[in-house]
Parts: sequence; C-alpha cells; structure tokens
Amino acid sequence: MPERADREDALVQVRGLKVYFPVTAGVLRRKVGDVKAVDELSFEIHRGETLGLVGESGCGKTTVGRALIRLLGETAGTIVIGGEEITGASPARLHRLRPKMQMIFQDPQASLNPRLTVAGIIGEPLVEHLKLSNQDRLARIYELMDAVGLSRNYANRYPHEFSGGQRQRIGIARALALNPEFIVCDEPIAALDVSIQAQVVNLLEELQRRLDLTYLFISHDLGMVRHIADRVAVMYLGRIVELSPRDALYEEPMHPYTEALLSAVPEADPEIEKHRRRIILEGDVPSPENPPKGCNFCTRCPKVMDICMRVEPPEVSTAAGRRVACHLYAERADAA
Amino acid sequence: MPATNASVLSVKDLKTVFRMRGGEVHAVNSVSFDLAPGELLGVVGESGSGKSVTMMSLIGLLPSPPAEIRSGRVEFEGRNLLEAEPAEMRRIRGGKIGFVFQDPMTSLNPVFTVGFQLAEPLRRHLGLSRAAAKNRAAELLELVGIPDPRRRLSNFPHQFSGGMRQRVMFAIAIACEPKVLIADEPTTALDVTIQAQILELVRELRKGLGMAIVWITHDLGVIAGISDRVIVMYGGQIVEQGPVAEVFSDPAHPYTQALLETVPAVRGRRSEKLRTIKGQAPVLESSPSSCSFHPRCALAFNRCRGEFPPRILLEGSHDAACFLAAEANIAANA
Repeated sequence: MPERADREDALVQVRGLKVYFPVTAGVLRRKVGDVKAVDELSFEIHRGETLGLVGESGCGKTTVGRALIRLLGETAGTIVIGGEEITGASPARLHRLRPKMQMIFQDPQASLNPRLTVAGIIGEPLVEHLKLSNQDRLARIYELMDAVGLSRNYANRYPHEFSGGQRQRIGIARALALNPEFIVCDEPIAALDVSIQAQVVNLLEELQRRLDLTYLFISHDLGMVRHIADRVAVMYLGRIVELSPRDALYEEPMHPYTEALLSAVPEADPEIEKHRRRIILEGDVPSPENPPKGCNFCTRCPKVMDICMRVEPPEVSTAAGRRVACHLYAERADAA
Repeated sequence: MPATNASVLSVKDLKTVFRMRGGEVHAVNSVSFDLAPGELLGVVGESGSGKSVTMMSLIGLLPSPPAEIRSGRVEFEGRNLLEAEPAEMRRIRGGKIGFVFQDPMTSLNPVFTVGFQLAEPLRRHLGLSRAAAKNRAAELLELVGIPDPRRRLSNFPHQFSGGMRQRVMFAIAIACEPKVLIADEPTTALDVTIQAQILELVRELRKGLGMAIVWITHDLGVIAGISDRVIVMYGGQIVEQGPVAEVFSDPAHPYTQALLETVPAVRGRRSEKLRTIKGQAPVLESSPSSCSFHPRCALAFNRCRGEFPPRILLEGSHDAACFLAAEANIAANA
C-alpha cells in the first residue's frame, strides 16, 4: 500500500504509543520500575477494514485495545481517531467523542450489568448520549435487537437468562447503539463454544458490511483472525513484530515469531498433523518488567544472531505494505 | 462396539444425573467405550456435552449429591470402579489412574512446594522413603523438561510459569506410572506456543511409558495431532467414535461434520463465510427419547424426532449414533 493513500483513509492513527504500568515496592510504594505493556507502537487502521491483533497472553494486545479508546491512559504517543486526537482530550471532549468508538468485551458475563434488563443495557448509551423520548428509545432498542438477531420478546429479560452466544449479541447491540465508526473487539469469541463462535463472527462481518464499521479484532485464535481480518499485526512482549496483509502473513510469515506461532497451531487434519514440521519454541515469554536487551524475542528465537542480543531491531517496510521488526530483514535491506 | 479383553478400562452404559432444585439434568446418557493399553483416546465436545462429567464419574470425583450415577459399569483390572470402597478408590486414583486438569494453578496446592507435592504420591502409593521419593521427584521433573530439577523441587507453584506448572502436573500424574492417564483440557489455558511444547512432551512421554491416555478437549486440532482414536460427544452421549484418521476424513454424524467445518484453519483454503451450527447445545432434563442433535441438524427427518438413535457400527471400528449414517452405510454395503 502506498504511504500517501495510507495516511488519507486511515480512520485510526497510532504513533509511538507507550503504556507503562508502574511497579511499586516497600511501604512507601516507591516506584521501582515499569511494566512495559505496550512499547513504541505505531500503526493505522483504514476505514472499513478489520485489523487483526494477535499474540499470546501478556503480549499487551488488550492494553492496546483499551488505550485506543482511552479506557487506559497512555504514557506517551498519540492516537488520532477520525481526525480527532484522543490522547490528552479533556473528559468532556472525550465524552463527546465516545459515541464514535465502542468496545466489545471478552467475557459477556462480566461486561453486562446483571441488574439491568436487556433493554436497559442496550438503552444505557442512548440515555447517556442522546435525548430521545422513551418511545423513540425503545424503537431504537428493538431495531438494534433485530440487527444482532435477538428476539424482541427478550427485551425485558436479564443477562443470566441467556446463553454465552446470546449475551455476546447483547454486548454487540450495546456497542452499536450510538452508530460508532470504530469498534475494538477484545477477544469477543474466546469465551464461546466453537459452534457459537462462527455465529458471532458471521454477525460481526455482516454488521461491518451493512454499517461500514472499522474493527480492531483482538484475538489469540489465529484461525479466526485469518477469517475476519484484512490485515494482521502480530505482537510480542509489547511490540508489533510484524504487520502485514492477511494472506501474505499466513502464506509467508517473515518474522521468526510469526512463523513459530503459525506452526504451533494444530490443524484439524490427522494427515497434515502427522507430516508437519513444527517449530517448537524453547522457554517462556520473558517478563515485560525486565525485557531482554536488544530484540525482545532473542531469548526464544530459533534464528537468533549476535546482533539480536545487543541492538533493537529496526522496523523494515517491504513491498505490498508489509512491516517487520527483525535483524534478518534489516541486513538484507542494507545490502540491497 | 465389542468389548475386548485386552482393554485396560471398559465403560458400559454409564448414566450420570445431577439432581438440582429445579429438576434433573441428565449429563451423561448411556456412555460406553473401551480404552486399549497404550492408546491415546481423544474426547471432543463443546462445553456441557458431558465429556468431563463422564471422566469424573468413572474415577468417583463427582460430589454426590448433587451427582448421582444411575447405572453403568466401569471395569478396571477386573473390578467395577463404581462399586469400589472409598479407601480402594483412593489407592487407585493417583496410583493406577493419574489425571491432569485444565488449570494448573488451581490444581496445585499453593502452600506446598512442588517437591512435596511430587513426593506425596510416591511415598503414599509406592511406599518410597523420603530420600528416594526426592530423588525420583527430581527425575520426574527432568523427564517433563524442567531445567535444573533439583533446585526447582523447593519452589512453590507460583514460581513457575503456566506451561511449567502444567509440566509439573504431568510429572505428578505419571509419578506412579499409572496404567491410565486422564487429561481434562490440559492445554486449554495455555498459549499456542506453550501448547505445542506440552503436546511434544506428551508424544515423548508416550514413547517411553506406554500408558493409555484419555485426552479431553474441545480443540479438534489437538486431537488430530496426538490421538489414535476419537470420541465425539454431544448432549451427554457419544455420537461418533472411531480411528482418528477415519473420523476426520469421513465423519458420519452431521454434528461431527458441522464441527469440522465451522473451525477456520490457518492453512489451506480460506472460506468467505463460516459455516455455523444453528441454535445451541441442549440441557437434557430427562433421559433423551429423540436424537439430541435434531433441533440443530439440517438433515433431521421424522424418525430423528421420535426415536433415540443407538450407536451403529459402520465399518471397522468406526460407529455413529445417527439414523442417516446407518442408512447410508446399509446402502453402501448393499
């Protein structure tokens, strides 16, 4: 993708985003360090596309999602959504901007108020942001319930009366209530059974087409991300190691971590499984409080070189809108 | 399926019911299966399909009440485990039948060292001395790939990472060289790269130890990679059973077919729209009198609504509980 077009139709622009959590110790709770949950992240999300954000637990993907819609304050960097800078916005301005950006949470059980009825939950953002008559509000609630495939008869029921998949539909209806442009989907299917996951993903795709939505789809399920995302960013220990259009990433992963991650996903085919060459990574993800010097992945990388342990790898852009942070490619770029 | 004398564990017609305030929930309905020595039997199903309850019933780990085992036989070493005395069950559990659960943090005791928890079954079941148990515990940690095992013995569970904790769980489960190992979603709480490590470990352990393993999971990919035979559960019953290659290449039950199609792959062709299974899994309030999958089945016909389909042998040792699969099989053989 050419750089210029990139700027123009980007709905979400993130530059140098850092989110650090302080680590305190002792009775005085003195700050002794930082957990670098998100470190120097830059990316764009184009209007109408789905950016998949994948990585293992603790890599910072949820923190990115939360920081993007300012549920968490950033330590440094800028976030621009639809031309408005979110970072540093006053609470009043943020309140005004909120309708444009919404979130669908992982656990539909925990993110729905058990004391509110479905109509109350879906109607809450309408009460907060719009001045609608009761009748208009109810009409909008019914419209939203139709859109996500919930029967209108359920409007006066409580969340505990629903199954996981249906609860997720309630969460989606609530996120759609104010006609947002951008939705952060934080592991929206992780808590659901496989047969229900497909239903929810199909619903998200249908809504995207109909309402021209832009998604950040955070997930650890690489198969599902391949299905829903247009471009995919792979995170490891607070950084994006590779960002690439979907097909290119899955067909030909560049970063050794992406390669290992894809190779670790078991395939539902015994024939393939029998003959597949796996890359088994050694060890565990290091603590983000004390990341390794040089490349974050150098402690587990099967292709590690001397330089990886000393120097942080630069980000290399290649043709076809791919980006990778790895010394393997930096050298090649230098040589060329 | 014919029960062979060679099986280490044989379950026949197991029925487990939970008595709740609002009525009964029939969690396991007439489940029968055999486990051959050294084989890895995969059990797949969605949550609520009865896969965990089945395994918990047969080793007597369900609290009763509310659980009640209505009928069935579980043969292990010539005895019916369902009739065994509690003291006898305690000797079998952890000794001859080992298990690994989903969440290693909640299944390890946080206030004892890993070394103590590893030595406990060794001393109790094998009667080893304290020193011998410690040596063996270190060997076991080494076997499951934990670096510096001697020093790690004095560590507490919280000092291990998730993947390492699950390795410790495997070490405890295999400590007494059980004949049967029951692993209930052992990799579900782990990341894919760590899951790959654990699967590799299990492949290695199987080569060396030759125990039979029952591996419960909802992940079809995991099953495809490690198991010899697979059982598909739905609504508390076995809907399909067979060698893993046959079930995956030629699934007979509509539920298995749908399940295989609904999971998007990371390789190969990418479909534009995901196939879904309409509706949701049932909660059975009474013993089923019809096929429990029929409300969600695209191929259901009248017989499915009025009659409970028995498991019918298709070919070899592959069977399915579906009238349609049975008819197709008769037509194919005619």
